[in-house]
Amino acid sequence: MDNPTAQKSPTYLEEFKRKGYSRKDFLKFCTLMAAYLGLENSSVGQVVQALTNKPRLPVIWLHFQECTCCSESFIRSSHPIVADVLLDQISLDYSETLMAASGHQAEEAMKNTMTKYKGEYILCVEGSVPTAADGVYCMIGGKTSLQILEEAAEGAKAIIAWGSCASNGCVQAAKPNPTSATPIHKLLKGKPVIKVPGCPPIGEVMAGVIVHVVTFGRLPELDGLGRPKAFYSKRVHDTCYRRPYYDAGLYVESFDDENARKGYCLYKVGCKGPSTYNACGVTKWNNGVSFPIQSGHGCFGCSEENYWDNGRIYERASAFPGFGIEATADKVGKVALAATGVALAAHAVMTNVRKKKLIKNLEKEGKQSEQELKK
Amino acid sequence: MANVNSPKLRRVYVWEQPVRIYHWLNALVILVLIATGFFIADPLTIQSSREAADQFTMGWIRTIHFVASYIFFFNFLFRIYWGFVGNKYANWKQFIPTSRHFFREIWSVFKIDILMLRGKEHLSVGHNALAGFIYFFMFLAFLVQSITGFGLYASMSSGWWFPQLFSWVPAMFGGDIFLRQVHHLTMWFFILFTLFHVYLVFYHDYVEGRGEISSMGGGWKFIEDDVFEKHMELPNEPPKS
Ligand code: HEM
Ligand code: SF4
Ligand code: SF4
Repeated sequence: MDNPTAQKSPTYLEEFKRKGYSRKDFLKFCTLMAAYLGLENSSVGQVVQALTNKPRLPVIWLHFQECTCCSESFIRSSHPIVADVLLDQISLDYSETLMAASGHQAEEAMKNTMTKYKGEYILCVEGSVPTAADGVYCMIGGKTSLQILEEAAEGAKAIIAWGSCASNGCVQAAKPNPTSATPIHKLLKGKPVIKVPGCPPIGEVMAGVIVHVVTFGRLPELDGLGRPKAFYSKRVHDTCYRRPYYDAGLYVESFDDENARKGYCLYKVGCKGPSTYNACGVTKWNNGVSFPIQSGHGCFGCSEENYWDNGRIYERASAFPGFGIEATADKVGKVALAATGVALAAHAVMTNVRKKKLIKNLEKEGKQSEQELKK
Repeated sequence: MANVNSPKLRRVYVWEQPVRIYHWLNALVILVLIATGFFIADPLTIQSSREAADQFTMGWIRTIHFVASYIFFFNFLFRIYWGFVGNKYANWKQFIPTSRHFFREIWSVFKIDILMLRGKEHLSVGHNALAGFIYFFMFLAFLVQSITGFGLYASMSSGWWFPQLFSWVPAMFGGDIFLRQVHHLTMWFFILFTLFHVYLVFYHDYVEGRGEISSMGGGWKFIEDDVFEKHMELPNEPPKS
């Protein structure tokens, strides 16, 4: 982190002050971030120190096949500092959506950051990379997404995949994936990528990931799928306030029924909370106002891999791809069960026909013994 | 009728007590796992005016599923162990083909029991070779169900080390959603297997008259004297290890 070339950049605290935030605001922000990151109280000081002393981290933020909902989520995260300051403070050197520059100027800025801060900058990627037809489906400044990504990844200190598009392909990678939309970790072999999936990811979660990298100078601890454990180690189900209804066995049977009005669990109308790892139940959305389940709609598993192809949104039993057009596991099972029943019945009949002699002999033998016993 | 038709039967101790206990414990927990599994997948509608805090239906069903899971898994491990120390009918070589004779017997069972061709009845005393080979796949299904089940369970358990051994599983399947589907679909293997298994036990009892059904009760099977003698000459049974 202590890079001589970055020495001239102001530190985070300096930027905070320049923006008109008081030290109190600053401390509040640090505490909040530490809490989101699941750090112990004693580590708040570490966050404060890091943001006080460390120069702004240069960031290149690329947009490929995406809808910009991740950027939207980020600039709308609940704490004003997250929205107002952190985003500026991470000195977005290049972001198609938010930078003022355009055209050659913008390209220039990106190149500058890449050479000046080689090995220092964070690369944030929003969107998947289409690889079909030599990448023509998403080109910027005459280059394919893949070229841009590879160039930018070369000297990046850390790579963050924002949202489901960059992490697992999201909707554009759903079958039949006409543009071969590819998540970035599949293209950047050998480079560690922090996946922050969700459609979009929660703004506070995004801020937290960046603060972690700034504070500790390394990647946060990741789970088996490459997601920061601090935010993705619990299922939505584990932190859901409707969980007592789940355990009690009280479920909404259809939207708008009596049970829905009572706020019962949404399991039977397709809630994927039991299989989805995200912080929605705790952090919630839009300044902590609500999250989907609180608004009466099941989780549809937006932070899970292939969630578009993982079955129906409003049904518990997921569609099983590959059998017929779309069959549930139970449909497959029932067909197999019927076939088995028929086969076994046929076999039983055939046994009595084909093995008549054998069975007759056994019976004869048995009856004979019986007769002999009577004597 | 003359008595010469009646063969003399010899009693053979086929299924040792640990194997029998394993068998029935396994049957019981699998039935419990299937019933609770269906409930977890699609819970029944409960009409109740009681407070949620006063009931724990799904909670209990899941608890039963998980307790049965532990029994199922360790019982399974025990059976693998017994495949090395038990008698020759319990030996692992009954399930994994190690000789050409094994394949020849599979073929002859196939002809006689499935194609229903007339022929010399197969002579196995324990499992016939085809059944043994199918049990091999059944053990694989046990493994799949245990791995997917404990993989799902790892993140919901209280965190003692054993389920955590499986915490790598969801990533291998790309997440819990697909993992659950695999777990659910594999359940159907158990259901179909049970049907086939029970049918075939009755079938063998019926066409062979050797006490197939009761053998898992007392452990005995009864074979004809001439078959017994032939067996003493045949190299088909794995040596006691
Ligand atoms: C004969 C063996 C088993 C059968 C037939 C079986 C069946 C099932 C079924 C049908 C489900 C519902 C899946 C769905 O949501 O569609 C389920 C869920 C589950 N099973 Fe099994 N299972 C078996 C063994 C195991 C084992 C060995 C474990 C290990 C711990 C296990 C753990 C689980 C877990 C954790 C769930 C998810 C429960 C939840 O999300 O609340 N199962 N099982
Ligand atoms: S609403 Fe969804 S996440 Fe909440 S308890 Fe029910 S199934 Fe779990
Ligand atoms: S509740 Fe589920 S679908 Fe909704 S945002 Fe959270 S993880 Fe995504």
